[in-house]
Amino acid sequence: MSTSVTPPGPVFGRRDPDARGYFGEFGGRFVPETLVAPVDELTGAYFEARQDPAFRREFQELLRTCVGRPTPLYEARRAAAGTGVRLFLKREDLAHTGAHKINNALGQALLAQRMGKRRIVAETGAGQHGVATATACALLGLECVVYMGVDDMARQALNVFRMRMLGASVVGVDSGSRTLKDAINEAMRDWVAHADSTYYLLGSALGPHPYPLMVREFQSVIGQEARAAILEQAGRLPDIAVACVGGGSNAIGLFDAFIDDASVRLIGIEAGGRGISPGEHAARFAGGAPGVLHGTRSLLLQDEHGNILPTHSVSAGLDYPSIGPEHAWLASIGRGDYQWIDDDAALDGFAWLARTEGILPALESSHALGWVQRHLRELPDGTILLVNLSGRGDKDVETVRSIMEARQAGGEA
Amino acid sequence: MNRFARALAPADRPRLVAYVTAGDPDPARSRDVLRGLVRGGADVIELGVPFSDPVADGPVIQRASERALAAGTTLGGVLDMVADLRRESDVPVVIFTYLNPVLRLGFDTFVARSAEVGVDGVLLLDIPIEESGEARTALESRGLDPIYLVSPTTTDARLRVAAEHGRGFLYAISRLGVTGMRDALAESARPLVARIRRFTDLPVALGFGISRPEHVREVATFADAAVVGSAIVKVIDEAAREGRDVGKAVEEFVRWLKTGA
Repeated sequence: MSTSVTPPGPVFGRRDPDARGYFGEFGGRFVPETLVAPVDELTGAYFEARQDPAFRREFQELLRTCVGRPTPLYEARRAAAGTGVRLFLKREDLAHTGAHKINNALGQALLAQRMGKRRIVAETGAGQHGVATATACALLGLECVVYMGVDDMARQALNVFRMRMLGASVVGVDSGSRTLKDAINEAMRDWVAHADSTYYLLGSALGPHPYPLMVREFQSVIGQEARAAILEQAGRLPDIAVACVGGGSNAIGLFDAFIDDASVRLIGIEAGGRGISPGEHAARFAGGAPGVLHGTRSLLLQDEHGNILPTHSVSAGLDYPSIGPEHAWLASIGRGDYQWIDDDAALDGFAWLARTEGILPALESSHALGWVQRHLRELPDGTILLVNLSGRGDKDVETVRSIMEARQAGGEA
Repeated sequence: MNRFARALAPADRPRLVAYVTAGDPDPARSRDVLRGLVRGGADVIELGVPFSDPVADGPVIQRASERALAAGTTLGGVLDMVADLRRESDVPVVIFTYLNPVLRLGFDTFVARSAEVGVDGVLLLDIPIEESGEARTALESRGLDPIYLVSPTTTDARLRVAAEHGRGFLYAISRLGVTGMRDALAESARPLVARIRRFTDLPVALGFGISRPEHVREVATFADAAVVGSAIVKVIDEAAREGRDVGKAVEEFVRWLKTGA
């Protein structure tokens, strides 16, 4: 099955993992027996839905009328001034709710509705996926429960309030590291206990098969639109496509459209946090080893005994010890290049885009921008650079303000 | 006769599989716990390997894992505990573990060490039966029984596979959800065990939500053994907090579970 709809929309069924859900040696379905039946049910429902033209039409229509797609491809001329590079930003920050997360949330909420599930559980880190899920549930009249680490609730208080305004219950998780991974643990526990009535709306390209495939397909609209737009605006494919990578949904959504274009370098930027030492970062390719967490085999930040390490990033959305299995595979075959940028460089990227283009990027996206800012002048003249601006930074203003004030105080002392 | 079949064969008293998280509250006192389980009359010991992200466990066992990890428990250390227990008792031991610590140690190393120290069975929590072929072969090659979980939502087709490939006993989950104590046995328990019996003669141990002697007695009327976990872990935690002897507390609790006295 191959589809290419006009205008560019998501792509379904083009690059499936193998029947057991593996991309190379990564992926699979590592769940306890109690989750096998719910995961089987989900797999059957998804493979059926994605072939149903009515389902795809409804999704596409919501992307257009509710999300406001297609999102623009914006040439950042002032940011690239003085270089020979043309810099294009895919403006997912202009999607409804302020980030790419809404694409997947709507797709899966439609699937849940089709499966007759009236209750949705989700996890959230930065709160963007929680807000997107709460929005999709409000739109479709579904009950919504969002699990969120209590540390993340503190640093993303505005998004907690937004979710509650949208009718969602936000449940604080104070086990483990009290961040995204613990929110996923708790959402999985809820799902296993209530699978009859409940759909688990996972927010990134993670988890047991079919989640990594499904999330990528719902997000593939990003890359499809970007590819069409850059061909129109620049007259050719980009030389480099860059995106930040937490679990990796915005990155895989962008990369998907270019994987078969060997001339396009795909670069994923991980969170280097305070530097590459245990517990201080979330750069899986720099400090991770293969392992199994949350239902999938991928690269994990873990100690020598196989326990998951705490992570740190200034951006809650990148603060996760594992990475989507398809990214681990793309790296293993040399198709994806994964690098990291530390907190300070991400904050520099944030400030740079704000000053040069009048855009406040999310701290997650600021990692991709921080990488661009550092490498822009090294790139050959005529380079065409495509960056996924995955979300807007309004949610992060408070975090950035407190860091800048602390820096200022430190500088004056 | 398989050592699990022998340990779980019909007897005067109901049979009990006792779960504890290894290394809780710390490795030294956890050894006392194991001795207490044996003295109290546990028929099989299920030794949980603490893991940082125990998604299948409820709050009681989550906290036990946190305590055990904070006290420095590792998978290698858990196997050392089994080695020590073997000097004193031949009670069958099942290692109950999430996959990642095993992968990190190395599956072959894990299997070899487990066989050496006298582990009898291994339950790998997050490998579905369909994916467990390699693990099963490796375990059986060293005389270790692969133990499988089955639940009320396990289809007949998959039950058949679990019955065919499982050794020792089948662990039936009485209800959906995570581990933890409940007031009453789930209604789904009895039909599940009846369904399992259609496919196998393996002993069936029923767990999840069992915490009192009357539950254990009731389970004994239709299954071969009851599995009690969170309730024992809670006893350990309370005794440790109050500075009491954890071994003695566990011994008394297990005896109470088995006899009601």
